[in-house]
Amino acid sequence: MYVASPPSGSPRDLDATFAALADPTRRAILARLASGEASVTEIARPFEMSQPAISKHLKVLEAAGLISTGRDAQRRPRRLEAKPLAEANLWLERYREFWEESFANLDALLDELKTAEKKRKHSKRKGDRR
Amino acid sequence: MKTVGKLQITTPSDREIAMTRAFDAPRHLVYDAWTKPELVKRWLGVRGGWTMPVCEIDLKVGGRYRYVWRGPTGNEMGMGGVFREVAPSERLVATEKFDDPWYEGEAVDTTTFVEKDGATTVTTTVLYSSKEARDGVLQSPMEKGVAESYDVLDEVLASSEMRREPRPA
Repeated sequence: MYVASPPSGSPRDLDATFAALADPTRRAILARLASGEASVTEIARPFEMSQPAISKHLKVLEAAGLISTGRDAQRRPRRLEAKPLAEANLWLERYREFWEESFANLDALLDELKTAEKKRKHSKRKGDRR
Repeated sequence: MKTVGKLQITTPSDREIAMTRAFDAPRHLVYDAWTKPELVKRWLGVRGGWTMPVCEIDLKVGGRYRYVWRGPTGNEMGMGGVFREVAPSERLVATEKFDDPWYEGEAVDTTTFVEKDGATTVTTTVLYSSKEARDGVLQSPMEKGVAESYDVLDEVLASSEMRREPRPA
């Protein structure tokens, strides 16, 4: 009812992560990097976008801590950083889980209430007949 | 099609989050479970070691409600508010504020109960004081559809090493 929120975990630290994840291109870049590190050229290949445009997205992802740049000075490979994404996912999961688990409890409680009500009605009818 | 049990989360406007869920019970029972402290205590947020030691509901316009949850490590979280509208088995409007707020201002929750063929659909719409406050709760991935975000995150998580990392409790 009045708790449209998870019982723990402040989303404030996650602002940058969520803002970075809000863009479909950036999510696609992350999905690409999930299968292994890649250079900017490699990342840009499947997109109909200039390399500077991709670089801008990479900057946002890097600022959010979602990716990092490898040491190879020439290739400068980008790789996925697992932690912030796992945290963001955990927070979203918690929100949904809070409600899904609460509502599963409620389903069970309602079954119990329905049964109790039926019994009451039944015994009342029986009583009426007597 | 069986729609009972499926939780839907949507954003009807840029200051709102709405949650819809159908229950296989007549609405007077769902309403009871939603408003009677001894029943609310048994389901709301009671999960994963969390209990609800405090649940007070003064169900009338201007009446207050107060909830406190206790976690497995003894940590507590409290919240409460004031009822603005009380239409039994139909509609509840109340304010909500957390003791340790993580969004600005007070939010207003409207809950409706609609019965059809013996099942009751409950929709709770939370109206935040600003878009920023709302976004603080859900953030943009949810605006674009929770499912979509989940799919992407699932994809990313499944194909990376993350799943093997222990998650913080």
